This record gives sequence, structure tokens and C-alpha cells, in this order.
Amino acid sequence: MPIPTSLVARCRRIALAIAVIGLSAPGLVPVPGLSATARAAGPKDRDADDHFGIAQVKFINEQISAGWADAKLKPSDAATDQEWCRRVHLDIIGRIPTTAELEAYVSDSTPSKRAALVARLLGDDYVDEYARNWADVWTTVLIGRSTENDNVNRPGMRQWLKRAFSKNMPYDRFVTELVTATGVNKAGEKDFNGATNFLSGKLEENGIQATAKTAQVFLGLQVQCTQCHNHPFNKGKQNQFWELNAFFRQVRSLRRFEGTRDVQAIEIVDEDWAGEGGDASQAELYYELRNGQMKMAFPVFVDGTAVDPSGYLPATMEDGTTYGVNRRRVLSELIVDSPLMPKAAVNRAWSHFFGYGFTRPVDDLGDHNAPSHPELLDGLAERFREQSFDVKELIRWITLSRAYALSSKVGKGNGVDDPSIGEKPRFSHFYLRQMRPEELYQSLLTATAADEAEDNGEKAARKKDEWLSQFIIAFGTDEGDEATTFNGSIPQVLMMFNGELMKTATSTGKGGFLDRIASSGLSNPQKIDALYAAALARKPTKKEVGLANQLLVARKGDAVGALQDVWWAVLNSNEFIINH
Amino acid sequence: MALPLFTVDGMSRRHLMSHLAGAAALAGPATAFTNSILANAADLKKRHKAAILLWMGGGPSTMDIWDLKPGASTGGPFRPISTSADGIQISEHMPLMAKQMHHMALVRSMSTREADHMRGRYYMHTGYVPNPNVEHPSYGAVIAHELADTVPDLEIPPFVSVGGGSVGPGFLGMTWAPFVVDSNGNVRNLDMGIDPSRLSQRLEMLDAIEGKFIGEKRGPSAEDHAKVLDKTIKILRSEQMEAFKVSKEPSDVQERYGNTGFGRGCLMARRLVEQGVPFVEVDLGGWDNHADIFRTLSDNKLPELDKAMSALIEDLSERGMLDDTAVVWMGEFSRTPNINGNGGRDHWARSWTVAVGGAGFKRGVVVGETSSDGKEVVTEPYSSQDLMASVLKSLGISLETTFTAKNGRPMKIANAGKVIKELFA
Repeated sequence: MPIPTSLVARCRRIALAIAVIGLSAPGLVPVPGLSATARAAGPKDRDADDHFGIAQVKFINEQISAGWADAKLKPSDAATDQEWCRRVHLDIIGRIPTTAELEAYVSDSTPSKRAALVARLLGDDYVDEYARNWADVWTTVLIGRSTENDNVNRPGMRQWLKRAFSKNMPYDRFVTELVTATGVNKAGEKDFNGATNFLSGKLEENGIQATAKTAQVFLGLQVQCTQCHNHPFNKGKQNQFWELNAFFRQVRSLRRFEGTRDVQAIEIVDEDWAGEGGDASQAELYYELRNGQMKMAFPVFVDGTAVDPSGYLPATMEDGTTYGVNRRRVLSELIVDSPLMPKAAVNRAWSHFFGYGFTRPVDDLGDHNAPSHPELLDGLAERFREQSFDVKELIRWITLSRAYALSSKVGKGNGVDDPSIGEKPRFSHFYLRQMRPEELYQSLLTATAADEAEDNGEKAARKKDEWLSQFIIAFGTDEGDEATTFNGSIPQVLMMFNGELMKTATSTGKGGFLDRIASSGLSNPQKIDALYAAALARKPTKKEVGLANQLLVARKGDAVGALQDVWWAVLNSNEFIINH
Repeated sequence: MALPLFTVDGMSRRHLMSHLAGAAALAGPATAFTNSILANAADLKKRHKAAILLWMGGGPSTMDIWDLKPGASTGGPFRPISTSADGIQISEHMPLMAKQMHHMALVRSMSTREADHMRGRYYMHTGYVPNPNVEHPSYGAVIAHELADTVPDLEIPPFVSVGGGSVGPGFLGMTWAPFVVDSNGNVRNLDMGIDPSRLSQRLEMLDAIEGKFIGEKRGPSAEDHAKVLDKTIKILRSEQMEAFKVSKEPSDVQERYGNTGFGRGCLMARRLVEQGVPFVEVDLGGWDNHADIFRTLSDNKLPELDKAMSALIEDLSERGMLDDTAVVWMGEFSRTPNINGNGGRDHWARSWTVAVGGAGFKRGVVVGETSSDGKEVVTEPYSSQDLMASVLKSLGISLETTFTAKNGRPMKIANAGKVIKELFA
């Protein structure tokens, strides 16, 4: 564990934070250097052909530009430094920048400062926050947000994911470990392996969910409908579902009980499987066609590769000959070798940073669903494989692309580029999207500098889960389907108005964020500047300053009360909650 | 947009603007319908129409509830019993509903193709199969959108979902999104803890920030946020929120609906409709019975359903509300006639039943028929869009209405489904 570095990073951040909203710091730096020149336009490095000497970035830029030319689109201007800095913090480490981080970036005048910031966010200083953010993202992908499934241990899943991301586990290794995991799903137990949580809640009914989810997440194939019938409008055939399902027949989940009722932990093991016909050397399963006829299936991968039909796990006889096969192991090898795996990964990553992938939905790469940028998708997937599936490199390429640095302001020449109305995305401007709830949570901690006191461990994660649960609606189906009311709905607004988290964030208590600003040596306008920088990464307009002054009058000089009003308004704004 | 949200006298320019914007929105998506709704507005207001959807999440086995097949190998152990409607028999585990069937109609000839939960849920809620490029509005959004003008004094959201998430407003926009509450009617975070004048001052500040961001033309979600803010502020100041408080009902009434989440949800639906809410969805999950289905139904699901649903129908009828309130009972699909090796039934969409009642529906009738083993519809099959068209007709909503999706494509209301004629006198 790289504890020393992260401690250094944390100490540095605290120091910077104190420097900015210092308790008694007269004459300190005017809160972030949002000078007029810095606001006006991005630095020179935003030239169309600048790719920081990275061939993959050049490739992305060329492909995206070609798409603009085809669609006769004129891309928007570059985002401001402040906007880009906020965006890249949100997307890579899951929270907005601190005022100190913002200032450091804005005042940096080196041409390659974007590359430097991405390198820093992907580096040792931020490894804990990076891992936490991507563990959040992947926990949702792999097991959803609902906490209702007894067969899943969220802390165990999260712990494994955090470790995987903190050491930048190559993506092929990541997939293999999840698909082949054996061991106990709960931390602290003997033989703990958190990766088992991907499958531990999906093995009932012969692993139907394990089959569907593995295909969906790692191959971008939607096969769930073909469980019961050939797909009505794509090439999916019922036999393919069951041939894929056959890979999950050697896996067993064993429940460990605490006392008499509660499942304490699940252990995932591989066992010899006799097949439904009773001959383990030819272990088959049967499925039912819609006309009632029964059909037999052996393990066959989605590309048609047939596998040793034996149900025995690999073993050696006395004479030295070997027999048997570990079906999940073979499946993982086939997935890793498949061209679909890097395509699915690259598509998912792209959609994380741009709000839209090259296909909709992002995890459907079937032939019936033509991608918006087929050559870019294929080319990026190939490059990802060539780079040994280095996830951080993929992130670097995407975040340093020209498209990622564009403003979200729609220009005269690209109004039609609007995927929210069903158009194929052309990425000619940055698409607005609401923060994920996890991002909002972390951002509120950051904006109020409350994260300095917060540990980054499991306890904090559980607190966050508890907070998140108010937005989760579980449909109670076997598939674990769920929805969220964190979608711009009234309950979400009410939470932002009055929720506990907001009460804490806007508290005027002694030593809290607002109190520290109120009692700092800053002038009143500087205090308002500090609030705007912390939440919105910009300076207030004249009008906003005027309104803030009116609040000060209305509060009869109660400065901290007026700051609270401003802070409440700032945090409740569209500009705060929307990644732009 | 840089206008204060509220002025001292209450009605701000922005508030007024939002009404105007609402009117403009109506003119856009539903031009053909605008005239007719204005003509009918007075009439509709007098007898304000509403719909309650009882959503059975997971896919209930309708062969064990509304369309029994005693004696068939697929029939299961439940016996049919006679009901207050001549010639209609339903499950022995629905004795209370049996006394209300003269208010209801059964469509035993539903035949759909979506047997995946999420796809079926979407299809039955919208009349459209899922499409990656367009999100369609659900029942609640469509009905709230069409009927909102008939209840101009309504301050609380016109589309409430109790105990579940329903399906969203699609291209009609977040203004018509479901307001989701739990079955206890608790709405979280309602207490502002500051006095109203200070709230107004804060909102003025907030409005300035919202307006600036919207003015920068970054896309529609900036403006959607502001609209939901407006709606939330309305709620915060409304006494109509009392309608959510089921505990205000006399204890015998609460008792009648049953001390269950679904029971409280149904009671809340009646209170909300009384207050003017045009659409309420009440969710009862737990129907995904792949194993041990008959014990689950007889000991658990059906008693809970029977008590609450029968109380709702009876209560609406006694209060004279049933003639204006459509009640729809359905899930995303039904379950296989064949009983599987675990004593359960799996997903089945080909032949199943929905129940409707109230509003303009004919009472005490059965529409359609399935084969003796329940595996086929032997009469004319009906689809989700047909059902939706029928529900809209029962509420007096014009089926000529055409919406315009965000990409400019015209979308016929209820996906141009055809009305199930037998449901109307």
C-alpha cells in the first residue's frame, strides 16, 4: 500500500487549503487567480494538431475531426482552464478540484500543463482518490447500487476493486480475475477474494445472470433475451446463450451462515460437474425451445469456438495423462482474446468521459447497433491491446484529446450535434451531464474541505452507501434490476435543499468551512470569490456580487449567515451539479 | 431568465413565465389536441378525471389470479370462485375482490412479446418497445400531461409513484417525471428550517446563477434543472402535501386497506386523487416467482393484493369517485403455464390477463379468452398500446393527440394503439 505518498499528498492539500482559506492570513493570495486573461481563452496548447506527442491522442483527434467534417460541424471553442480543470478532476478522481488545485492549474503557464495535470491525477499523489472513484464506478457496473442482495458483499467488492485500480491492474487481468474468481466474498474471512462478489449474487438458477452479465459487461453483448428464444431483431440465437451458460456449470456457491439465519459469507468454488446427462466426460445441459422441445448444449464461445466438453476439472491420472478442463478459466482466455473485449472496455471508458459512448446503450456492440465512430472504436481497442491493456494510458489518451477539451457551450456551427434528441454523438462540444451521486457526495466533501477530516476507507464508503440508498429503487426481480431517483427529480432537489449532507455542508458551526471563511482576513468580496471558486471554479459576476451584498444587508451584518445563504444557492445551482 | 423567482406579492415574473412556457409546450407537442382540451376544460374540471395504476412488478401469474384453468395440467392447485359479476370467476385467494368484480373488467387476451423484466416494464408502461434513440413517456407522464390543465389549483406533482419507480417522462421532459414516495407517504427533506422570506432571498440568488448558466446555451439539461427547482419550491409551500399523510385517515379506513405497504399505497392513491392528482401508480413487487409459486401466492401476495385492491375499488365507488377514476392492474408480463422443476413459473408474455375498472370502462365483463391450457389467446389478441389507448379513452383523452419527440419526429399518443371495443358500452 502506497500509504506514505498518499499521506504526503494529503498533507500537501491540507497545507494548500489552509493557505487559501487561512484562519488568520491577511494579504494572502487573492483567491484563485481567475484573472480576466485566463478566463478569456484556453492556452495555446489547444491547437487542433497538438497531441502532446502521444500518437494515440493524435489518432483520436484525427478520427473525431473527420466526423466533424463529414457532418459539416464546426466544433465549439476550447473550454476555459477552470472548466477543464473541474471536468478532469470530476472524471478521473470523482470530485471537483479544491481551490488550491484550481489555482495551481490556472496559474501554471507551461504549454503542456494539461498533460501534466492528467499525469498528476493518474500518479501517486492521487492514487487513493483515483482508486476510490473507479471502485465506485465499477461497483455499480458489476453489482449495481442496491444493497439488497444477501449474496453480495459490497465492502468485499469495493476492497478488491480499490486494490485493482490502485495498482493499475491491466484490464485483461482484471477481467480474468473477476470471471474466474474463487474464494470467500467477505473481507476478514479465510480465503477472502473480493472479486468473487461479481458472480456470487448471479449464480442462482444455473448462473443465468452470470451468463448475461459477463457477456454484457465484458463483451458488450446483450444475450439476456436469448435465454428463452432466438432474438427477434438481432442475430442472437437461443443456443448461444446456453452454450455460454455452459461455462458457468462447474462453479458452486456455498453459503456460510452466522447463527441460524443470516448469510455471513459466500464461498465460490469450482467442482467437477457431471452434466445433466450424468456423464462427466461429456457434461451437457438441456434447455427448452419455445415449442417445448429440449435441446442439448456444450460450452461454445460467442465466436463459435467449441471447448472440451468434459465436466471434470483439470487433473492428472496415475499414468501421467491429463484430462478435464476448467471452463471458467477457458472462458476468461476466450474473452481476453476476443476483439470484443477491448472494444467494450474502450466504449465504456469513452462514455464515462463524454457522457455518451460510440453505441447506445454503451454495452450493446451487436451488429444491429452501428457505432457512431466505428474506426475510432476499433482503432482505440487495438491500441488498448497493444498497450497491454493499461487502463491509465487509455484514460490519458481520452482526457488529452481535443474533443475532451471543448467547451460545453454550443456554437453556431454545431447546434445539431445533440445526442439527447437521439442524434449520433459527434463530440463537437462537451455534453452536459449531471454528476453521479457518488461524485456529488465527494464534491460536497471537497467543496467544504470536509474530506480532510474524512478517512478514505470502508467506514466512509458505508456512510456514502447509506446516503445513496435514499435514491435507489430496487425492482425486486431476480435480475436485480434497479433505478435511481437521482436523475434531476424533485426528491433530489429536496435533498440538495434540506438533506443532512447539505446541512453539514452549509453549517455555520465553529471551525467549519463557512466559519473559517467568515473569520479569515479576506474582504467581503474575496469571501464571495472563495465560495464561487470552491464550488463553481469561477468568479462571481457583478450581478451575483450585488445579490450577495443584498443578502449581507438582509442578514443585518451577520457575515457568516449571509455566506451561508450564498453557499446554499451556489451548491443548489445547475452549474454546480452539472459536469460541464 | 434572469428574473427573481419570487417577489413580495408572491407571483413572480418567472412564475408567470413558467405558466406561459407550459402553455407553449402544450401548443408544441399537442397542437391538434389543444383546441379540444380547451373546449372540454370546463367539463373535465367539474369531474376531474384520474387514473390509478396498480403495478405488479416482477410479472404476476395471471393464470392463478384472473384466468384459472382448473383441471388442466398447467392449471396449478387453485380453485376458481364465483364473483359479484355474472359469469366471472377468479381465484379462491381473491375472495374480497370477488365481491367487487361488478365494477371491473378483465382482458384475458393480452399477448405481448417482451419477457425480459426491464423491456417488459418499459413496453407495458409506454406502449413502445425500448429504442436506444428515443425515450417514450409512460402512462403517468402522458396522463398527467393531458389532464394537468383540468386541475389548475394542483400544487403537488401530477404524477406520483408510490413504493416504486415507475417509468420516466421520456421526451415530454422532467416536468412530467414521477414524484416517487415510499408507501408511508414520507417525503424526505421537506423541512427548510428557515423562515420564508429568507428562503425567497436565497432563491433570488439561486435564480441568478441558474439564469446565467442557462443563458450560456450549453444544452437543455440546464433549463430542466431550473424547471424542477420551480416545482420543488411549489411543493415546499403547499398545504396539499397533507394528501400524502395516510395516517390522517380514521383507523378503520386504514384497517380496511390493510396494514401493508401496498395497502397504505392504495389508500394514499385515493387521497391523492381526491386532492386532484391525475395519475398515481402504486407498486406491489414480489411476483417474480420462479420457485415455490403457489405457497407464495396463497400465503403472501394474493391476500395483500386482495385486501388493498378491493378496499380501493369499494372506497372509490362509495365516494362517487369511481366513475371518473380508471383503475388498471397489470405487471410487465405473466408467467409460464408450464410449472417448472422448482414449483415455480417462468416469464411468459404470450397469453395473459390485465384488470381494469372505473372511469369510462364497461363493468362486470370479460374480454377475450385463452386456450384450455392457457398457452394461447384464442380470440383477438391485444397489445400494450391497445390497452393504453383504451385507458386514455376511458378518461376522455383524445387518441388523435400527437406528440413531437425531441428529434422532431411525430409520435402518436399510445403508439396508435386501437381501442379494445368490448371494454366500452
